[in-house]
Amino acid sequence: MITLILPNLSENLQAILPEISLALTLVAIVLFDLIFIKSKKFLPLISIIGLIVTFSFVILQFGDPKYAFAVSGNLSFLSLDNFSAFFKLLILITTLFIVLFSMSSQEVNSCPDRHGEYYALILGMVIGMFFMVSANDLILIYLSLELLSLSSYVLAGFVKTSIRNSEASLKYIIYGSASSGIMLFGISILYGISGSTNLHEINSILQSPTANQLTFLMSILMIFAGIGFKISIVPFHFWTPDVYEGAPISITAFLSVASKAAGFAVLIRFLKITFAQGLDKSGYWQMLSYIDWQMLLISFSIITMTFGNFAALWQDNLKRMLAYSSIAHAGYLMLGVAVLSDQGLMAVLVYFSIYLFMNLGAFYVVMLIANKINSEEIDDYKGLGYSLPLLGTALGIFLVSLTGLPPTAGFIGKLYLFIALVDANMITVAIIALLNTVVSLYYYIRVLKAMFLDKTDKKVEINLSPLNYIVLLLLIAPVLILGVYFTPLVNIAKESVQLLGF
Amino acid sequence: MIEVGLNHFLVVSTLLFSMGIYAIVTRKNAIQVLMGVELILNSANINFIAFTRFGNFGLQGHLMALFVIVLAAAEAAIALAIVLNIYKTLSTVNIDEVDSLKD
Repeated sequence: MITLILPNLSENLQAILPEISLALTLVAIVLFDLIFIKSKKFLPLISIIGLIVTFSFVILQFGDPKYAFAVSGNLSFLSLDNFSAFFKLLILITTLFIVLFSMSSQEVNSCPDRHGEYYALILGMVIGMFFMVSANDLILIYLSLELLSLSSYVLAGFVKTSIRNSEASLKYIIYGSASSGIMLFGISILYGISGSTNLHEINSILQSPTANQLTFLMSILMIFAGIGFKISIVPFHFWTPDVYEGAPISITAFLSVASKAAGFAVLIRFLKITFAQGLDKSGYWQMLSYIDWQMLLISFSIITMTFGNFAALWQDNLKRMLAYSSIAHAGYLMLGVAVLSDQGLMAVLVYFSIYLFMNLGAFYVVMLIANKINSEEIDDYKGLGYSLPLLGTALGIFLVSLTGLPPTAGFIGKLYLFIALVDANMITVAIIALLNTVVSLYYYIRVLKAMFLDKTDKKVEINLSPLNYIVLLLLIAPVLILGVYFTPLVNIAKESVQLLGF
Repeated sequence: MIEVGLNHFLVVSTLLFSMGIYAIVTRKNAIQVLMGVELILNSANINFIAFTRFGNFGLQGHLMALFVIVLAAAEAAIALAIVLNIYKTLSTVNIDEVDSLKD
């Protein structure tokens, strides 16, 4: 029985200071938008200040794991550990970049009177993701996932007059609401099996194997449908290419990094806290023996990356190609989870921090070019490498890093992933992943070929503002530096793999 | 007289769930698809309440059901706004005709 009496409310409120400061920023943006109708240009500034304040609160939480809103012991709604703090930092960095992106995005600037709702909804998404990464209870997982989804449905169709945007948001909400409904049904079955919504309590009840295996498998697959939708795992990926192509580019970049990060955090916490019994001698998680978890995860990830890479080969639209490439990357990340050990988890964290910079960078260059030529077709990129040497080189670096070639950071991410796989004796899987990387080289290099080898007569000129240069530099520098000097990142990731209560 | 037990509720909820899935898969009209989603959410709600009532699980199930009712309303509001916007730009709510983005 749970009685909802919280004895130490102030302590608990202190634990969610980052979320509170985000919520206050949201309110400040809405009020500022209503009162000072003429000075919309301060809105991104307010969001940046709010995000930086939140950033410092999250840094303070790092290294101080505790439960918040606990009824007793580990029966809590939130568990604030290094793992969640790490993902919160990733999400905050992404959001800061997205706000900077939006300031120079033509699509966003085409509706100047709706900037207030734009930044407010972005912050709403961030609040949802913050609760998602630290949620310790199925109720909170579902609610925060919906908070994230509902804001992103609206943002995907931000430019109301654009047919592409409206279609993207329609497709997003239909697929999204269906899969979250299926997830809710799965949660209800899991609740029926175990009698609790708290992940720790479900774990201790499931340890005595009384549940019917088929019912259990059904409920797990249904819950995976909801989480897999967020991280776009095949077969729950159908929305990804359409929404990524249709939505404003800044939102596409946000969806492809931040909401994927939140989805992975939920997936990992759900798997490890709910279904792992403990560690065996060599550090692998011992999972409850209802299903062959490793097989399930490996098959999901191999199907995902193979499909993503092969479908990307035929794409002529750069945004759509990056959508399929992000599906493929979800497959690689899923492999790290499928190792089912802390080493695999570390590989996921390293890979994700690198994926953040290279993917955002690729989308940023695409956005700057699309602002001028109004197109993302690869055919329109012919010869752009000569008229725009800086942007062309930058895109080249990001794409090479996405492929995973040295000396860029993408190589380090893949390296740690493969080391984890080989250590776990999953050689066949590692080879399949390696072959997939070779396939991906083709479609990334195809863009560079169009930019640098195809000749054209037309001349394109883009005047970059100082802000554009700064953002570009902030994105390129980590991709190049982490490729050679990655020890600090790896150390932070090593400290962040510990989940609370395990 | 038959005693109404947990299984009766579960059968009803599963039927509702299947009808919801059927509506999502077969309907062409966006509004009808969204009605299917509402059916799924409510079937899960029936599950939560039934499990709480017959399993003596405490209050979490009720809590969840209450939250889901609120969420369903929010989702319906946003979905209808998006469908309205589609109708304004394309003068149709048939999902098959909204297909400018495809491979």
